[in-house]
Amino acid sequence: MIETLEIRDLHVEIEGKPILRGVNLQINRGETHALMGPNGSGKSTLGLVIMGHPNYEVTSGEILLNGENILEMEADERARAGIFYAFQRPIAIPGVKLADFLRHATTNVRNPDRKEGEDLIPMREFRAELKEKMGQLRMDTDFARRYVNDGFSGGEMKRAEILQLAMLQPKFAILDETDSGLDADAVRLASQSIAEIGGERMGLLIITHHDKLLEHNPPQYTHVIVGGRIVETGGPELAAELHTKGYERIRREHPEASEANDKNTEVEPAELAGA
Amino acid sequence: MALDISLEPEQDAIGEINKYNFRTESKAVFKARKGLDREIVAQISEMKDEPGWMRDFRLKSLEIFDSKPMPRWGGALDLNFQDIYYYLKPTNKQGRTWDDVPEEIKETFEKLGIPEAERKYLAGVKAQFESEVVYGSLKEDLVQKGVIFTDTDTAVREHSDLLRQYFGTVIPPSDNKFAALNSAVWSGGSFIYVPKGVKIEFPLQAYFRINEENMGQFERTLIIVDEGAQVHYVEGCTAPMYSSESLHSAVVEVIVKKNGRCRYTTIQNWANNIYNLVTKRAFAYRDAVMEWVDGNLGSQLTMKYPAVYMMEPGARGEILSIAFSGKGQHQDAGAKLVHAAPNTTGQIISKSISKNGGRSSYRGLAKVEKGAKNAKCNVVCDALILDPESRSDTYPYIEIAEQDVSIGHEASVSRIGEEQLFYLMSRGLSEAEASTMIVNGFIEPLVKELPMEYAVELNRLIQLQMEGSVG
Ligand SMILES: Nc1ncnc2c1ncn2[C@@H]1O[C@H](COP(=O)(O)OP(=O)(O)OP(=O)(O)O)[C@@H](O)[C@H]1O
Ligand SMILES: [Mg+2]
Repeated sequence: MIETLEIRDLHVEIEGKPILRGVNLQINRGETHALMGPNGSGKSTLGLVIMGHPNYEVTSGEILLNGENILEMEADERARAGIFYAFQRPIAIPGVKLADFLRHATTNVRNPDRKEGEDLIPMREFRAELKEKMGQLRMDTDFARRYVNDGFSGGEMKRAEILQLAMLQPKFAILDETDSGLDADAVRLASQSIAEIGGERMGLLIITHHDKLLEHNPPQYTHVIVGGRIVETGGPELAAELHTKGYERIRREHPEASEANDKNTEVEPAELAGA
Repeated sequence: MALDISLEPEQDAIGEINKYNFRTESKAVFKARKGLDREIVAQISEMKDEPGWMRDFRLKSLEIFDSKPMPRWGGALDLNFQDIYYYLKPTNKQGRTWDDVPEEIKETFEKLGIPEAERKYLAGVKAQFESEVVYGSLKEDLVQKGVIFTDTDTAVREHSDLLRQYFGTVIPPSDNKFAALNSAVWSGGSFIYVPKGVKIEFPLQAYFRINEENMGQFERTLIIVDEGAQVHYVEGCTAPMYSSESLHSAVVEVIVKKNGRCRYTTIQNWANNIYNLVTKRAFAYRDAVMEWVDGNLGSQLTMKYPAVYMMEPGARGEILSIAFSGKGQHQDAGAKLVHAAPNTTGQIISKSISKNGGRSSYRGLAKVEKGAKNAKCNVVCDALILDPESRSDTYPYIEIAEQDVSIGHEASVSRIGEEQLFYLMSRGLSEAEASTMIVNGFIEPLVKELPMEYAVELNRLIQLQMEGSVG
């Protein structure tokens, strides 16, 4: 049976403001999808809502994992069910070592029924695996002793997100601008690693403004989101078009969505005045 | 003698199984009547067969205690001094091996893991049960080198010249109401003398246990680290949970001479109805180093501000303090640094965590006296608040009478971040695991200063505190 992640007519608000206005999307495990769209169109919101961020209110619609609605599940349950979101802006956790955090995370995701206080993956086994994965990502093993995202450079944060992806081996992963902040060499390495880690084994939703990541992970589908709605879906050629020509055609053909997008991103005069 | 030990762990106020919350049915060999007056104080002195000067010191201290008002700052003190047992003698003799210790008391300490710790990594141990030290040991090679590690009562008899020279010189009875109270009714505590140049590699540990309801524990500790000597002293404290309050009010005096070094580590986990009012102060002389590491968990109210007075040039004082306040608890904790000489360096790092309506206050003093040129003083206090019901306050006092100094003060208060929780949970950690991890991360800079065993113990205690809340 093919495993699926399906978004049905999803409407999401934050503080009463509509952000997603009817998103439909189906990803099969093994497929790669690109999600593109102008700033503020709702890409990160979609990723966070799939992961279960408590601050976003789902006003209608469904998110189905293999046909089962996951909207009532907490973020940790979703992670254990095989969903992963690589943050556009990862959060620092001072004092918590990356290795300790990852050992807990890996243990929980691999034994979804684990009760608190039950044994973690044996240290030796975990260390060997972590070391191997860090080697593949050309990360210095000392890095595992640093505090999670605390004082990491932009590129280091993104690499740490990929490391977590590699350790947790989810069924479905949303990568939110995992290529931003990386230098040219790092982008190439990251793209190759994602292809190796994800490839056929995962369903990938890649959010990006660049083309490098998609070169190594050619999407079967490209979705364009504007103003909280997917306005067009195409093949890899659509991603290529957006990279070279931008969103002008899309905006022209979808004036209503385009207007909604602008309305959300425009700065209120009061804010400009510093009030 | 009743030998019935209740080993059933009970649920404590925050609904957790607490391994410290058990009570031993142990019959005291002597229990003074409740209340405080000249007669009780004289009786304690007589029971201990003390010299006249100590008896006079106690009676004088009682007068000072009576004349002083209750502190008007800090936490809410609802204490009836007449409703407390001031002296309870659990056994007639002190054991040199655990087999000498009365069975039920021995089992108490075994449950707390003390003999095991002793075998593994300690250079010496004192165990105090109610008012008296019931067990004492010190490694033979240290005895040979002239190290003294004994209970303070024995020291009054056997090392009276040495003790008398320093006793009450760092914290006189007139210092504050509770120092006066302790000076009047003190019993037990540790007396340590480390001779010139002797460096003790492994920690000396004392363990304080209150078992009885309405009991007051008033240990008195005096540590003298001679020139170029070194010691790490660790104390742990616990008590079971009762319906009415008990009082713990200690006085700890430390003298660190030229080039000496002392680290004093406390990990206390009192039950939630103990009033814990402790005065701790150290004098550090030329190029000496004094460090207080203070982990405060439990108690109803703790008021404790370990102090270092840097008396001569080059002295250094460091205070690391962690306070965790849960439901119904108030930790009024902090630190004091007094720079009384040039080129002295002081540092305070304080971390507090408030949860389930708990309240943490940081109260600290950084003082530079006239003439203490080139003093450096740095204070960092961070508070973490886990829920909207909990509270944290900061009361920093700075007094500077010298121009040429460098003083730094940073304070931060943060609420446990929703974004942090979400990040960790999105990687499969439950909410409880995620918040425990954030709290442990918050205190990590302090925990990594502790020897392994204590770091593990502290993390475990915090875990217990955390588990009580979530869900
Ligand atoms: N927590 C929040 N509070 C208020 N507004 C929010 C919040 N989160 C998102 N928004 C708004 O929702 C809209 C969509 O934001 P989102 O981050 O999903 O955009 P995006 O498509 O990921 O943009 P970018 O390409 O810049 O990353 C924006 O207008 C944003 O300001
Ligand atoms: Mg985004």
